[in-house]
Amino acid sequence: MSGPVTRFKSPVRFVFDVPAGPTVSRFLAAVAEGRLFGQRCPTCAKVYVPPKVACPRCGDPLSPEQLPVKETGTVTSFCVVNVPYEGQTMKLPYVYASILLDGADIPFPHLVDAEPADVRMGLRVRATWSDALGPTLESIRAFVPTGEPDAPFDAYKEHL
Amino acid sequence: MGEREIAIVSFAEVIVERSDRDDCELLLPVLKRALGDVGLTQQDIGFTVSGSSDFLGGRPFAFVMATDVLGAWPPIRESHVEMDGAFALYEAWVRLQHGDLDTALVFAFGRPSQGPLHDVMSLQLDPYYMAPLRPDALSLGALAARAALDAGLTSEDELARIAGERRGVPTSTSEPYLREPLRAHATPTLRDGAAAIVLAAGDGARALSKRPAWIRGLDHRIEPHSLGARSLTRSVSTEQAARGAGALGFGADVAELHARFAHEEPLLSRALELPASTRVNPSGGALAQDPVMVTGLCRLGHAARAVHEGAARAIAHATSGPCLQQNLVCTLEAR
Amino acid sequence: MNRCAVIGIGQTRHAAKRDDVSLAGLVREAALRALADAGLGFSDIDAVVIGKAPDTFEGVMMPELYLADALGAVGKPMMRVHTAGSVGGSTAIVAAHLVQAGVHKRVLTVAFEKQSESEAMWALSPKFPFQPPLLAGAGGYFAPLVRSYIRRSGAPPEVGIKVSVKDRKNALKNPYAHLLLPDISDEVVEKSPMLWDPIRYLETCPSSDGAAAMVLAAEDSLGGVTNPAWVLASEVRSEPTMFAGRDQVNPRAGRDCAKALYAGAGITEPRRQIDVAEVYVPFSWFEPMWMENLGFAPENEGWRLTLDGATSMTGDLPINPSGGVLSTNPIGASGMIRFAEAAMQVRGTAGAHQVDGAKIAMGHAYGGASQFFAMWLVGRDKP
Repeated sequence: MSGPVTRFKSPVRFVFDVPAGPTVSRFLAAVAEGRLFGQRCPTCAKVYVPPKVACPRCGDPLSPEQLPVKETGTVTSFCVVNVPYEGQTMKLPYVYASILLDGADIPFPHLVDAEPADVRMGLRVRATWSDALGPTLESIRAFVPTGEPDAPFDAYKEHL
Repeated sequence: MGEREIAIVSFAEVIVERSDRDDCELLLPVLKRALGDVGLTQQDIGFTVSGSSDFLGGRPFAFVMATDVLGAWPPIRESHVEMDGAFALYEAWVRLQHGDLDTALVFAFGRPSQGPLHDVMSLQLDPYYMAPLRPDALSLGALAARAALDAGLTSEDELARIAGERRGVPTSTSEPYLREPLRAHATPTLRDGAAAIVLAAGDGARALSKRPAWIRGLDHRIEPHSLGARSLTRSVSTEQAARGAGALGFGADVAELHARFAHEEPLLSRALELPASTRVNPSGGALAQDPVMVTGLCRLGHAARAVHEGAARAIAHATSGPCLQQNLVCTLEAR
Repeated sequence: MNRCAVIGIGQTRHAAKRDDVSLAGLVREAALRALADAGLGFSDIDAVVIGKAPDTFEGVMMPELYLADALGAVGKPMMRVHTAGSVGGSTAIVAAHLVQAGVHKRVLTVAFEKQSESEAMWALSPKFPFQPPLLAGAGGYFAPLVRSYIRRSGAPPEVGIKVSVKDRKNALKNPYAHLLLPDISDEVVEKSPMLWDPIRYLETCPSSDGAAAMVLAAEDSLGGVTNPAWVLASEVRSEPTMFAGRDQVNPRAGRDCAKALYAGAGITEPRRQIDVAEVYVPFSWFEPMWMENLGFAPENEGWRLTLDGATSMTGDLPINPSGGVLSTNPIGASGMIRFAEAAMQVRGTAGAHQVDGAKIAMGHAYGGASQFFAMWLVGRDKP
């Protein structure tokens, strides 16, 4: 007689086919060409990069016009990731940061390729593109420091 | 049972074969329409609650994304059930009973086109005994259909007739079986969709709608999970919920039943003791369009719409779980 | 609105892996203890409200269907709530609403998570389509917020360490707590690895298997229970995940929720009138952040409560006498444990971690990107 069964494996494999939706699709098509853009909320005038379906604050669809944004921006906050997890593709430790692009009103998360000790809130950074562009934000390899003076706290304190 | 007068004053849905939009894009116009039709915005709403399931898209927190199209600013009173939107409406109805809030927005969304839904639903089963065997939802439906046929509750001819009427296309018993004894026409037509309902209390409802669909009663009950531990030929939980909601002898002009398989219609009609004069599923129901997780809320919406458009009384039914495990019944009336 | 009281409370033994029980066995362990505490059986219960975080944690879709039998729900209404990390609190509030609305007399509410049955890190940080895999679990999201808080408030770096030590010491007095670290000290925490700088390993919550349950009853259905915890007020608030200019460190949804909660219970000076609070603190720095969000301290000064010892067991506002989420974290149940522990305090049943004479206690939960909030106040005296 065997002992009690405390655990057994029941593997599940389902394949999901998820459409990006027109909003994300337009943006990722631009990213695949090495281009970024934002879209403005018609109500509060804030510029979202990447664009969202609606302004989460106002609940209104963003204006369709594609507004150019710069590839430079400011690190508003960050953390240094030292913990591995399944499926992770980055070498540890790496810097995960919120980056406010110049011309955007909301930061988005990406990597900063720099020594963790050299990364600060307010650090000025610029996007570097991957050699192989595709419809994914991974087309931006990482952001690297521009060498400009840090942005003052007041310049990004509304974006924490 | 609730004392406060509460009515469905608005209903909007979008149902498509396969959406190329994401949940937010699908949902946004539906929310705007349900609110706009009664001249409201999100900021006029006292309580917001939704229903959805993460497993339709195979990734967690689907409902969190939906928060971003509500315009939830200033912050709102909000909740979510991992159930069909019909159960979200129940939560809203309970919340409005408190008397401090006068309106609620209930919505649901589901895109089964993203994955193998019938197979995914096998994960609803007992994870130790049943799920590892991976019986798909169609096979479980067929199992119950066989029980109903053997008990003499229906016939394959009747299933074909019901399916034909709901789908609005000719059907025949000469079609091949999909899962014997079920032919494809007797199984749900999976669709992507979203729906929203606005509830309002008392005079507020009268101000928003010329003919509010008043909730007379609302109840839901659950049965044992194991298919061997309950009757597949009698929907006991529907009977219990029907009693709780005052559906027996209600004399509804219309009944919208969440029957995913053709054999479930006679089963549910019997549990609700529907007279021959009640029109069942004039909308076509889940046999015609089954936006999973939204379908039950749509039954409430269509039943309410029948009242809005002149019916005196309507019954709505929603279900959850394999083979009608959990059932909700709502009685609606004009006053 | 009818009065509602907590008359029974049960928790499981919380552990990293509860291999000795199935999912049904886990929720039943908590439910049976809550019923025994109330002196009731399943047949005395009118409805069951169950909550948990994403179904992907255990790989069971809508598990309430399978759990109906084990929770004595057959023939009754059963609801399943999911509001991310706040779900344990939201679930208790939905249950309380059923009593307050006069729909039911006695409701059993249960929340659980059995994280060992799947890969929680996967469920929290999946490879979403169209997004790069940058994060590493919840810590990757919350660490930048902690950094922002430190910068904004000028808090000294040891605050997070102090919270960790305090909560772990409290846990040693809680027989249900998962993480027991008898040798905890400032130095031990400080030397633990930086996982998501500025968050150290010992400043994060564990991953637990566990469940919590409560029996809520109407005023005329208290049975023999003489020390009910009266629900004085409950509130929920939600705000969007992100929008331009959103304050994620001190979210308005939390501030609004607390304000409405206090108003509902007639509380005008929360710091003075509330005797003890169980607050959802999954990373140590969230204690000072939530002290400000809940109005217990002025903006940018929440950390002073921690450093002054106000939030310790001997302080004037003990926070998390149970050891909190930092010591026990079955995610879906974590909020309900906060709500239940608050009720235990005013019932006088918290044992070794009882705050003497507690009359009014707060239970708090939050979830998503610090955007979903659920709170309640419970009291020893009938309102």
